[in-house]
Amino acid sequence: MYPILETKEIAKNVFLQKVLAPRVAKKRKAGQFLVLRRTDDGERIPLTIVSSDAGEGSVTIIFQAVGKSTTEFARMKPGDSYLDVVGPLGLATHIEKFGTVVGIGGGIGTAPLLPIATAIKGAGNRLLSVVGARTKDLLILEDEMRAVSDEIVVTTDDGSYAKKGFVTTALQEFIDRGEKIGLCIAIGPVPMMRAVAEVTRPHGIKTMVSLNPIMVDATGMCGACRVTVGGTTKFVCVDGPEFDGHQVDFKELVMRNRAYLREEKTAMDRIEHKDGKCMDGAAVPAGGGN
Amino acid sequence: MADATPKPRPKPFSIPRQPMPEQPPQVRVGNFREVPFGLTPDLAILEATRCIQCKKPQCVPGCPVSVQIPEFIDLVAKGKFVEAARKIKETNALPAVCGRVCPQEEQCEKPCVLGKKGEPVAIGRLERFVADFERVTGNVVVPGIGAPTGKRVAVVGAGPAGLTVAGDLVQIGHDVTIFEALHKPGGVLMYGIPEFRLPKEIVQAEVEYIQKLGAKLECNAVIGKSITIDELLEEEGFDAVFVGTGAGLPYFMNIPGENLIGVYSANEYLTRANLMKAYLFPQSDTPLNKATNVAVVGGGNVAMDAARTAKRMGAEHVYLVYRRSKKEMPARVEEVHHAEEEGIEFHLLTNPITYHGDDESRVISVECQKMELGEPDASGRRRPVVIKGSEFKLAVDTVIVSIGNGANPLVPSTTPGLDTNKWGNILADQETGKTSKKGVFAGGDIVIGAATVILAMGAGRKAAAAMHEYLKTGAW
Repeated sequence: MYPILETKEIAKNVFLQKVLAPRVAKKRKAGQFLVLRRTDDGERIPLTIVSSDAGEGSVTIIFQAVGKSTTEFARMKPGDSYLDVVGPLGLATHIEKFGTVVGIGGGIGTAPLLPIATAIKGAGNRLLSVVGARTKDLLILEDEMRAVSDEIVVTTDDGSYAKKGFVTTALQEFIDRGEKIGLCIAIGPVPMMRAVAEVTRPHGIKTMVSLNPIMVDATGMCGACRVTVGGTTKFVCVDGPEFDGHQVDFKELVMRNRAYLREEKTAMDRIEHKDGKCMDGAAVPAGGGN
Repeated sequence: MADATPKPRPKPFSIPRQPMPEQPPQVRVGNFREVPFGLTPDLAILEATRCIQCKKPQCVPGCPVSVQIPEFIDLVAKGKFVEAARKIKETNALPAVCGRVCPQEEQCEKPCVLGKKGEPVAIGRLERFVADFERVTGNVVVPGIGAPTGKRVAVVGAGPAGLTVAGDLVQIGHDVTIFEALHKPGGVLMYGIPEFRLPKEIVQAEVEYIQKLGAKLECNAVIGKSITIDELLEEEGFDAVFVGTGAGLPYFMNIPGENLIGVYSANEYLTRANLMKAYLFPQSDTPLNKATNVAVVGGGNVAMDAARTAKRMGAEHVYLVYRRSKKEMPARVEEVHHAEEEGIEFHLLTNPITYHGDDESRVISVECQKMELGEPDASGRRRPVVIKGSEFKLAVDTVIVSIGNGANPLVPSTTPGLDTNKWGNILADQETGKTSKKGVFAGGDIVIGAATVILAMGAGRKAAAAMHEYLKTGAW
């Protein structure tokens, strides 16, 4: 069992959780993820590790409560435990002296960006950050990103906070003012990562993106997470999660991530019925809700 | 309990081989319960009396773990079922598993003298019967364990090879810890082989037996990621390591459309269905595509498992697409027979070339071409050759690619000094399991490529003996 030490809602429906998992805490490096399972009927959910405290044996994760499992995760409090925590998984971010690095986090993607940005800054790079969200309520980790950045631009799509516009607008401004960018790293919704890759492509700026596809075992055994990169099939769980954004087939990724939308709705309907106390779990018809 | 008193023995040759009662096909395709019910005590005694107790038994050398077959069968014939189970357990820690999934027709039963003129003794069915009898009647006891040796062994992977190593070494008195990457122990016995062929409750009971012997188990430990082999040896104080990480890297064919939604590796499909219990969705959280027409590509045991699982998940049509003929299929005859009984539709001498999808990228058809058999290839099987102009489409909404698995690279890629061949299999001595790295042994699918449960157990048995020798002497 892996006890929860802290649960905190840090933005609307976005939760920070600290979990005791000493082996993971000891080994993890920036860019790696873990897999969690809450109950014996639960699914294996991959989430990026935001930070760790090897002394305490804890890891910190940040996630959005979007589906059944993450909604249930969000309700877990100190005193509750995960049944399984596995990790660290995936390859660590390749960190070296690139010169000037632009780090872009969109929405919940700022959570995986933070440890990478911290490591990049720690390696002596100059870090220009862009942190964006659809709206003010969804913006996370602004202060933490500011603390590791040489310069930071915050954007909201609807202009409800800071600069109105997309993260790509801020990136374009860095390019236009003549910044010599050695690396751009972008993590966020797939359309955002694709848009960033299209902005940097004509300038030949190396652009890394971190992918979060559907996974099952997350150790290279099943291939659920396969994605086409440069015309070759890769397994995100063992070959990634970071890939060259100019090579990723984003269209395929978007489609594959939609594989179980119907089933996800069935599962969500079940817990919402339970919440409403209108029927117990056993009374919900199998496959019902659609 | 039925009458277990031995009756006067009839002449062995006059008794036919006793069939196992099983669920009829039309019933079992609607559930995930085990297909055969197993022998009854009466049937088991009758079957056991068929054994003529050869002076030089041919069956024993046929068994990769050298089960004392005539001895245990004699005990069955005398109605001493629990004693028979314990006799098997002297050399095989997983009899309930082996009695179900070993290819006995290729091993112990193949050289049986009764088979020369009629049918061999049903050794596998008897093994299964006594193991189940011992467990169900609550007669499982832990045998005496050797005095502690003070030596610590790490076993990487709780599959058939690793469990055998753990069982053998812990009984000698070594301090054994098994590390498992998944959340449940058992390896392919849990994620791969379906419930209806090997109930998971039985796998867990066999693992618990090894834990009762004293082996420790740590799940969620991905060796190569959570801990490296070097750390096990240098920081965690293990004196020797056994690597039994299996063949867990699914192969695809690299043909167009293979990444469409609904195209699965057999590993993914079976892991979702077995380990994650997708057949209980939405009671369990992990789903599978709701499929009406399924194509399974391949002709091995895993392909049969996938096809039969798809049928049970509610598919109306399950097509088995295999590029050679039935004769060349690597699957056990019994598995092919069960699949046919359950209405799996075989498309033999057929090879997929392209998958087509709809505008949501969901697979809607598989384009195949017909093949004919040409000259024998390197495997000795006749090479399939394309028949020009024979292309046709099958309408499907799920495809399960079951063409084999490669070696899992997590351990080799993070262990300096551990040599592999060009396919990524760890190089290990066949007799001892010794690798290129001192103190590290390996066996099972990670060494020989995807094979059978019992071959992995045989490799584990040999490695355990060599590890004991190494722990005693320190000589490499």
